[in-house]
Amino acid sequence: MSSQARVQALFQEPACDKNQAKDENARKKGCSKPLTPGAAAGGCAFDGAKIVLQPVTDAAHLIHGPLACEGNSWDNRGSASSGPDLWRTSFTTDLTELDVVMGQGEKKLFKAIREIVEAHAPPAVFVYATCVTALIGDDLDAVCFRASERFGTAVVPVHSPGFAGSKNLGNKLAGEALLDHVIGSHEPGDVGPTDITILGEFNLAGEFWMVKPLLEKLGMRVRACIPGDARYLDIAGAHTARANMMVCSTALINLARKMEERWGIPYFEGSFYGVSDTSEALRQLARLLVREGADPSLVVRTEILIAEEEARVWARLESYRERLSGKRVLLNTGGVKSWSVVAALQEIGIEIVGTSTKKSTDEDKERIKALLKDEKHAFDAMAPRDLYAMLAAGKADIMLSGGRTQFIALKAKTPWLDINQERSHPYAGYDGMVELVRQIDLAIHNPVWADVRAPAPWDLPAGGRVDAFDGDAEFVAHSRKKFVATTADDMGEC
Amino acid sequence: MAKIVPVSKAASVNPLKSSQPLGAAFAYLGVEGAVPLFHGSQGCTSFALVLFVRHFKETIPLQTTAMDEVATILGGADHLEEAILNLKARAKPKLIGVATTALVETRGEDFAGELAAIKARRAVELDGTEIALAQTPDFDGAIEEGWSKAVLAMIESIARREVRARRNARRVNILPGSHLTVADIEHIRSMVEAFGLEPAIFPDISGALDGTVPASWVPTTYGGTAIDDIRSLGDAALTIAIGEQMRAPAQRIEELTGVEYALFRQLYGLKAVDRFVALLTELSGRAAPASIRRRRAQLQDALLDGHFHYSGKRIAIAAEPDLLYGLSAFFVGMGAEIQAAVTTTGHSKVLEHVPCDVVKIGDLGDFEAMAEGADLLVTHSHGRQASERLDVPLMRVGFPIFDRLGSQHKLRVGYQGARDLIFEAANIFEGARQEATPDSLNPFLNRESNHGRRAASANREH
Repeated sequence: MSSQARVQALFQEPACDKNQAKDENARKKGCSKPLTPGAAAGGCAFDGAKIVLQPVTDAAHLIHGPLACEGNSWDNRGSASSGPDLWRTSFTTDLTELDVVMGQGEKKLFKAIREIVEAHAPPAVFVYATCVTALIGDDLDAVCFRASERFGTAVVPVHSPGFAGSKNLGNKLAGEALLDHVIGSHEPGDVGPTDITILGEFNLAGEFWMVKPLLEKLGMRVRACIPGDARYLDIAGAHTARANMMVCSTALINLARKMEERWGIPYFEGSFYGVSDTSEALRQLARLLVREGADPSLVVRTEILIAEEEARVWARLESYRERLSGKRVLLNTGGVKSWSVVAALQEIGIEIVGTSTKKSTDEDKERIKALLKDEKHAFDAMAPRDLYAMLAAGKADIMLSGGRTQFIALKAKTPWLDINQERSHPYAGYDGMVELVRQIDLAIHNPVWADVRAPAPWDLPAGGRVDAFDGDAEFVAHSRKKFVATTADDMGEC
Repeated sequence: MAKIVPVSKAASVNPLKSSQPLGAAFAYLGVEGAVPLFHGSQGCTSFALVLFVRHFKETIPLQTTAMDEVATILGGADHLEEAILNLKARAKPKLIGVATTALVETRGEDFAGELAAIKARRAVELDGTEIALAQTPDFDGAIEEGWSKAVLAMIESIARREVRARRNARRVNILPGSHLTVADIEHIRSMVEAFGLEPAIFPDISGALDGTVPASWVPTTYGGTAIDDIRSLGDAALTIAIGEQMRAPAQRIEELTGVEYALFRQLYGLKAVDRFVALLTELSGRAAPASIRRRRAQLQDALLDGHFHYSGKRIAIAAEPDLLYGLSAFFVGMGAEIQAAVTTTGHSKVLEHVPCDVVKIGDLGDFEAMAEGADLLVTHSHGRQASERLDVPLMRVGFPIFDRLGSQHKLRVGYQGARDLIFEAANIFEGARQEATPDSLNPFLNRESNHGRRAASANREH
């Protein structure tokens, strides 16, 4: 299938509600909005593909292209590994002008694969096309096929050059690569009735490890978590799972649907962010597994675990109510991954004073309306200047967003917390919700805010300059004299 | 208000303190043309000397009265006299700073009387050399106390005792505590000068101990506070004391000369420096120069970028009182909390203001026991063993620092120093960041320990 045909096929995703809600014409345009030159932000398809596949920890990831694609982006994600760390080593063919002009790309790629296999003996090498190598027509499939044959190692071509489209498209193209070359290529010898796979979970900051023990306590076995902390062979045997959970909305929906078509694995879309969503995910997994033949007692055991864990997490969250009740949160993120996070925040008295609905569906917008007291608090997208003005005016106590708007908050001297992929704190599962609230608490109550907002001494009126720091009006009259006689005890912290 | 918990055990394990005479010698070393003289046995001097050399990597002029068995029994006055005369003949110092040690203090003599007699008897030979006496037995105090007593001793014996009708309106006495580095003092000097004021810094270790290479061999200190500046302390418009340990010297200057003082408990962090700048503005009548304004803006940005690394971190600090107080205030100001605070002696009034529940008077053994599970240890180089055993990174502050170079050039005061300090500790946090493991995040394994503590600490009032 040509790349163009593959992309078109992805745009026709029958399992995607958003896609299905569109008319025929709109669907052809694809699921991402057309990019506006001069006003585009966000990653390309190559970025998206790499994001999805790179956390496969024991594989080598070789980027076939000139330096920028890999050289400017490597070692930038916070997925955690419990074992191999080959995935963090950066491999690229670093094509030169001569390579491009003389058509030496394929040869260089073949050699690069050999060097990697000889030096690291990985179970697989993922080879990523980039704009330049797609443009000059390097035959990635042929090289990978030959290399795989010659070196006896799986070599997987990933066709997702940057110009193909957005990051989201790249996510899906990576899913296609897994379907075409990986999943189903290995038959594990220990297939069981409670095997599951998790799709679209990246194990950022290791957060899936907060959830996995819950699943294991219920007797569920995670055959593969794709891609967070994954081993290549686990993914290769993922077709033997009995149930599939799709996290992170639609990034890998094509993978979920096709796994159901090919191997009859039922799936559902869920989230491990927030209390009720975590419980609901456990419930759904249990239900699907029982439907597929697992011991029916699983459902009851799941309910018992949920009851215990929810009681515990609410008790822990309650301890923050006093400190956080009435605090105003501004959510500025492409799409809130889970509304149950918002619900949990509101449960302990936190107010949501605004949320972006940029990537939300109509259904999402309905949920936002239901959750927010004031409909006006939902905005489509806010220009940085307006955002700055809102924060500088003190209309929110904290902004939760991704790294790109970080400095809008900081320059407005407003607390900020990263809730996107660069973050370094784990927020999944019940304990993750507590961690999120704890981080909000720490950010809001950090004493540094009082310091950075304090006026500079030269901005204070003469005469009152010295005393302004004490906030004591009586000092103003004889400032200098008073100051001179002042000693440590009177001077507070100085 | 922190509760001060006194020493409760007999055996000190891994001492935190350095002795009081060492602190006195340290202050004398900040005076130009000085030789500190320990009145005690040779070892007292030699150990202090070696420790100074390990820290500063400089030749340190430090002498001893070399008390022997006979002198210990019969009295050490003639040893003191001989030492002073020898020093005068060999090194021609402008100041001989005498610091008594535990040996002679235990014996108990009238040192002041003896010294007065020696000065009278040898007036001709000793002409041109000041002699100060600080009584600093090793069994009391530590560096801070010794430093403070030596400064007092120099004020007593050198400063002119008169209340001047006309003072120099531009002159400011600066009395830095022993915890300030060479870089700190140089920075304070340039800040004060930036307002057109003339700082007289006393003591000024920036000249003597900052690692410059003189053109010829000098047997005394070189650089440092000029004797004339000590003599004329009473000419200043104001004394600025930095650190609680400098309160007594500042008060004494006021008693003797009428020059009033302002005391800064510390100069770490934005608020303290704002106040310092405000005072300089008032004193000089000049606006803060652009360079200082720019440093403040940089510090604001460092506060914003740096605070993420400090939020919720638990810090264990062992240091002398003023340094302990200043750094604790800094860390708490960045959003961290003080898990353990250990200090050398309980004399300082600043201790009750340390922002934590308990300040323990103790040693590095106590520190190690209290610091388990902390994110950062902050103490001098001897903390390295605890750092290894606890697997917690160590930020080196105070004295002695013998396993890192350039400790004297670490700037921590002023806007610029606060900026550097933010980055210094944040980089240690970054470097020591432990990647999460399945076990570290497992909700069933961490039920009571990890998360329990986290919730508890979150509930504590900041």
